[in-house]
Amino acid sequence: MTTIDNGVNVQALLDAREVLKGAPEAAQFTWRASSKWQNGVHSTTTIQNFFGLGQEQSHKSETVFTADHPEVFAAEDNGITPIEYLLVGLAGCLTAGVASVAQNRGIQLRSVESTVEGNHDIRGILGADSDVRNGFNDIKVTFTIDADASKEDIEALVAQSQKRSAVFDALTNPTNVTVEVA
Amino acid sequence: MLERGEVANSWRRERWDSLRLLTPNWQSRLPGHRYEGPDPDGYMTMGEVIEFIERFAAVSRAPVRTGTDVTSVRRTDDGYHVTTSRGEIGCRAVVIASGACNRPTVPQFTDAVPASVLQLTPFDYRGPTHLPDGGVLVVGASATGVQLAAELKRSGRPVILSVGEHVRLPRLYRGRDVLWWMDASGVWDQRHDEVDDLTRARRLPSPQLVGTPERGTLDLNVLAATGVELVGRWAAVRDGRALFSGGLRNVFSLADLKMRRLLDSFDEWARAHGREAEVDPPERFAPTHVPESARWQLDLRSGEIRTIVWATGFRPDYGWLDVPVVDAKGRLRHEGGVVDSPGLYALGLPVLRRRKSTFIHGIEDDAREVIDHLTRCLAVRR
Repeated sequence: MTTIDNGVNVQALLDAREVLKGAPEAAQFTWRASSKWQNGVHSTTTIQNFFGLGQEQSHKSETVFTADHPEVFAAEDNGITPIEYLLVGLAGCLTAGVASVAQNRGIQLRSVESTVEGNHDIRGILGADSDVRNGFNDIKVTFTIDADASKEDIEALVAQSQKRSAVFDALTNPTNVTVEVA
Repeated sequence: MLERGEVANSWRRERWDSLRLLTPNWQSRLPGHRYEGPDPDGYMTMGEVIEFIERFAAVSRAPVRTGTDVTSVRRTDDGYHVTTSRGEIGCRAVVIASGACNRPTVPQFTDAVPASVLQLTPFDYRGPTHLPDGGVLVVGASATGVQLAAELKRSGRPVILSVGEHVRLPRLYRGRDVLWWMDASGVWDQRHDEVDDLTRARRLPSPQLVGTPERGTLDLNVLAATGVELVGRWAAVRDGRALFSGGLRNVFSLADLKMRRLLDSFDEWARAHGREAEVDPPERFAPTHVPESARWQLDLRSGEIRTIVWATGFRPDYGWLDVPVVDAKGRLRHEGGVVDSPGLYALGLPVLRRRKSTFIHGIEDDAREVIDHLTRCLAVRR
């Protein structure tokens, strides 16, 4: 039997699950981002530190994200639109889930590709029609997966990945958001 | 045997009028007592279930003390002290057989529902005639939710069904009751120590089944065809609006895939055991149809919905058990019915020893093993 290796350390995740079952306080994470206005609708957001497992944690290095709007919005297009970052988050989360579940189920992946489309009626954010919402009307993710598994097993991978996805949950269910002025 | 009410009390008082057993009559068997009527493939009404259990109490000459409510069970040096509404009892061992469905569970945000909307649990619900006219939001799509949604829709009311993770099953598969397959193929006999993820198996919601004379399937496609509107899992109430999850499509996929795997395993079993001739050819069912656009919010103050029925599950109540054997989630800590306190046992809980543990015919094997442990334990301690 060949060893399945999708590069996911599933054993570490399973071990963590067991440990955190009895230590819910250690499971409390806080993810943080710091943002700074540049000019116009251009901003940069920096991410490095977060809190988890009872203490401050840090990514290996700082990452800077540039957000702007495209020229059709009369902007400079220094970076992607903030709402597009949601697509980045969703694709990244579901893909990580597919790899993890596949590893756990002993399925060797050869390639996992996806396209994510979010349909957005911008009359909402422009205030052109108060019946139109600001956010996405719907999002569609299409996976193309090459793996040593039946079509059904691949569909089950994708379904389980959604079931355990933080970003899928954050997008499909409401979240309380507090915005304050310090 | 202490019974707070009458024999078959919860079947008398905690069930809606139209309910029938999910298991076919031939499966209703207890030691020395089985269904012997003319319709082995039918499903008992509540009246018939009560009669069945009453008859078993009589033929087994069970020493039932009815009208005896247990208010406390406390550990003593050599056993337990039981306080009841009819006095005190000292005993060396206690078997808890009070079930897993003592209280309906509802989400925390019920308080945020406007007072103009009537809220019911399955314990309050008897039938459609007791509800105000107007729309009903049924929350939960397991056996209770799908049955009540169907009945309320038939009564002429607009019905919205909020659907989270669920277990889809056809009533008949290849001409046989799906529960015949569960029984014959050995799924139901699977032991608690053989199940992959026991915690998940114990939390599994009841399947979308109904017992009717027509032996019909009651899945979401059937409900949608009658005009029941499907929405996602109810996630929160904000400003008087119910907000539903946008993940409806995936709960459909999960249930469709799981059903398919189960039916595949039945086919595999029939092939491997030479049972193909007894059953019809394999069938596959259409995937759950995803509505063009399921709404994700509903204004609870608009009058569209007059009643909410919470079919969101049940939990046990161990408020009377003064022994520290209940976990943080309110579940009894036990290993195959042997509770972590000498002389304390449990029966009739989900996957107690086998997948069939909570079914009428599932109690016999469990009871034998648990009582065997109990008698050996008493003999040693004597």
